[in-house]
Amino acid sequence: MKIQLRINGRTKESDVEPRKLLAYYLREDLGLTGTHIGCDTTNCGACTVLLDGKAVKSCTVLAVQADGCDVMTVEGLEGEDGLHPLQTAFWEEHGLQCGYCTPGVLMSGYALLQSNPQPSEAEIRSGISGNVCRCTGYVNIVKAIRSASAKLAGAADDTPSESAKEVAASGKKSD
Amino acid sequence: MAKSQTELRPLGKSVGRKEDPRFIRGMGRYIDDIVLPGMLYMSLVRSPYAHARIKHVDPSAALEAPGVKLVITGEDLAAMDLAWMPTMAGDKQMVLATGKVLYQYQEVAAVIAESREQAEDAAQLVDVEYEPLPAVVDPIQSLDPDAPVLREDREKKSNHIFHWEAGDKEATEELFRNAPVVVKQNVRFPRVHPSPLEPCGCVADYQSSTGKLTWYVTSQAPHAHRTVLSMVSGLPEHQIRVISPDVGGGFGNKVPVYPGYVCAIVASLKLGRPVKWIESRTENISSTGFARDYHMTAEIAAEEDGRVLALRVKTIADHGAFDAAADPSKFPAGLFSIVTGSYDFKESFVEVDGAYTNKAPGGIAYRCSFRVTEAAYLIERVMDVLARRVGVDPAELRKRDFIRKEQFPYQSPTGWTYDSGDYEKTLDLALEKIGYEELRKEQAEKRARGELMGIGISTFTEVVGAGPSHTFDIMGIKMFDSAQIRLHPTGKVLARLGVRHQGQGHETTFAQIIAEELGLSTEDVLIEEGDTDTAPYGLGTYASRSTPTAGGAAALCGRRIRDKAKKIASHLLEAGEDDVVWDGVSFSAKGLPDKSVTMKDIAFAAYTNVPEGMEPGLEATYYYDPPNLTFPHGAYIAVVDIDKGTGAVKVRRFLAVDDCGNVINPMIVDGQVHGGLTEGFAIAFMQDIPFDEDGNCLAPNWMDYLVPTALDTPHWETDRTVTPSPHHPIGAKGVGESPNVGSPAAFVNAVVDALAPLGVEHIDMPIFPWKVWEVLREHGVNK
Ligand code: FES
Ligand code: FES
Repeated sequence: MKIQLRINGRTKESDVEPRKLLAYYLREDLGLTGTHIGCDTTNCGACTVLLDGKAVKSCTVLAVQADGCDVMTVEGLEGEDGLHPLQTAFWEEHGLQCGYCTPGVLMSGYALLQSNPQPSEAEIRSGISGNVCRCTGYVNIVKAIRSASAKLAGAADDTPSESAKEVAASGKKSD
Repeated sequence: MAKSQTELRPLGKSVGRKEDPRFIRGMGRYIDDIVLPGMLYMSLVRSPYAHARIKHVDPSAALEAPGVKLVITGEDLAAMDLAWMPTMAGDKQMVLATGKVLYQYQEVAAVIAESREQAEDAAQLVDVEYEPLPAVVDPIQSLDPDAPVLREDREKKSNHIFHWEAGDKEATEELFRNAPVVVKQNVRFPRVHPSPLEPCGCVADYQSSTGKLTWYVTSQAPHAHRTVLSMVSGLPEHQIRVISPDVGGGFGNKVPVYPGYVCAIVASLKLGRPVKWIESRTENISSTGFARDYHMTAEIAAEEDGRVLALRVKTIADHGAFDAAADPSKFPAGLFSIVTGSYDFKESFVEVDGAYTNKAPGGIAYRCSFRVTEAAYLIERVMDVLARRVGVDPAELRKRDFIRKEQFPYQSPTGWTYDSGDYEKTLDLALEKIGYEELRKEQAEKRARGELMGIGISTFTEVVGAGPSHTFDIMGIKMFDSAQIRLHPTGKVLARLGVRHQGQGHETTFAQIIAEELGLSTEDVLIEEGDTDTAPYGLGTYASRSTPTAGGAAALCGRRIRDKAKKIASHLLEAGEDDVVWDGVSFSAKGLPDKSVTMKDIAFAAYTNVPEGMEPGLEATYYYDPPNLTFPHGAYIAVVDIDKGTGAVKVRRFLAVDDCGNVINPMIVDGQVHGGLTEGFAIAFMQDIPFDEDGNCLAPNWMDYLVPTALDTPHWETDRTVTPSPHHPIGAKGVGESPNVGSPAAFVNAVVDALAPLGVEHIDMPIFPWKVWEVLREHGVNK
């Protein structure tokens, strides 16, 4: 089946098997291997991407269901000005160990901060409860998301255009 | 402004991780990210039965399916003498079943096709006819002389695998005979699974033109895997290159060699094309390296005041259908004899008997130095039983029985020489920090009101860093480890090690060690691991052995470089070698501190201006055979509240005070502790792999085998004491497993403490709410 969608701001057209999962389409057809697979029961969230701005588990969405949608993966986080503050915060706060869950957690964290820029610890824990991390025990993931939230708020205070850039990061110019 | 020398020295600092930039961009390269030209995919056919005769396997329909290139059956492998492979434990294991299957999900055939989906579809078409047999799932029943013999391939016609013992039986019995107090407790450590987020997998790439096999595999021990592969397959070892790319967590799961690996390699050899096999989560849990499943009975003989005399332990170990334990070869029950823990027992006698059952093979070391977790849990649990019996507070009882700091190096009754420790200091810090006395007061008030609050302590000792080669080997290969350091002319460093990290941060911590030894900055040092064609030989990363072994090798290799550097410095400074001094960042001539040369200057000179007669270049390799193991310890305290209505346990606080010797990177140590505590928490409260009487696995996926999310997981508090290892080159001991080893007992002790007023003495893990609810109802609590 033919599909057309926007991935990290670029328009893609593909011919996919109807049963192909979005996760495998991203990984195998587009080479976006930052989206990981960690389970076969929709429990782990390693495959989390944004579909029209909502965090979804791409192992449980068919590629054809994403037809006409806007998809953002971990590869879309970094902007022209460098790493997204959420990425920097994960680095600074030691929010990752093996890194396998990290892309999915980043995407859930990104979606959370979009809808709730100043989340409490409880809200962060609930916001990433669809993501399993086997390494970190979540302490530093929570810290990293808090720190990113502060960074983004700070950026908004000093230079409003910066935060606008962050918000627009998923919708960069298409080609 | 120039930085002072202490600022420049990286050891002991929370240096940000060098590996992170690729991971936070989604640019890690894990096994399933590897795509080679012409690559095929493999899918495995697995048995639906736990125990059945195979009447026939017919691949013909699968062979006709679209895209299918090859189907491999057990008989095909038998023709190549590859139907069985050796396990690390000295047993053997079927690669693909012939004759009969011995556990549900056992590998029966492999299907190789052009795409992942085609391979999976065709695997459904392989026709296997089974004749089901009665399954044996209980290891105690399995050892009954009348139980059906599962392993018909063995000469020994029983399900008994091994008997192993340590300590002095007679002396122990003697102390028991005369002891004023004896307590006894049966304790089960459930069957759990490491379940790293990335399942296992490989890509086998055999090039017939060169005869070389490159095997990409999620491996914690790539060198050992190369040697085993060479021995099993007959391929010359230099024609095998094992590459373990970024590993998405291991925790012991990625130490053994699994049947799927062998099938992928055989397929690539036969087809001359790369073959990828990535297991699903269900395959991961149902068929690869489970851990624990120890059925233990412990007895302590003690004085009236709780001072311990002797410990007696009997254990039945369920290994599943094949003994695929990943233990050092001379240790069928791992290092379980560390079970006397932190306490000064006069004598101890420990026995373990291994049993076959119709379950997946294993007994691997899940975030654990070979059965140390089972041992630590048992002794810490039973010390609480003793405390209650003699009416002494569990903290006070532990202090009475601790090995005192002046007793180190301490000779344990089962033969270990503990390197160093200060147990009382660590426990005192934990008690003070958590506010133990106030908590006990609060508890007394709550008990008076009928509320259930518990405080649990675990003051464990680990034994890690296998290990000294006189004792430790895997299939004969000594368990040393290695480092190789190469300085380029501009003073930049490439270092390679024989271990393989899976999230522990070696690219940072080993860079810190080497930078420290060479007076350079961490950014100057690039660490590489996991490619057997480039890295020096080593036994891999598990059992908290990387820092004790490869960390030691890195430091000593750095010192070896420094020895040569000193000679070059003496040449550059025009001073006698004896007059040249090293201050941590540069060499200078005694009395002339203003004129100095750094390692960067020396590296350049090593390629441009060496003293006459000296071999040019600046590189070294060091194989480090540690003189002893290291013995980290810790004091953990859990505080829980129990809801009488639902049986739910809330972990209100958890404090871990660890002593892992000198710390290389505090941020990374804390991260390791957080992660290990979370796994210990899951084991205590939510994880078990049960089977029904037919041997059906009842928790083969993450719907039924529970892994904790951020919502389930408590907030962790950490602190540290530092008792350096006297024999390790930088005084470090290793930490990655302590929290997983030490925490389960703290959780369970807290729950039992909460329930103690009802007369509860023990409750087996996992402590699901329904279990507590039942205990409450049994004891007359109805609301
Ligand atoms: S792969 Fe686990 S939820 Fe998608
Ligand atoms: S960092 Fe390894 S699973 Fe999260």
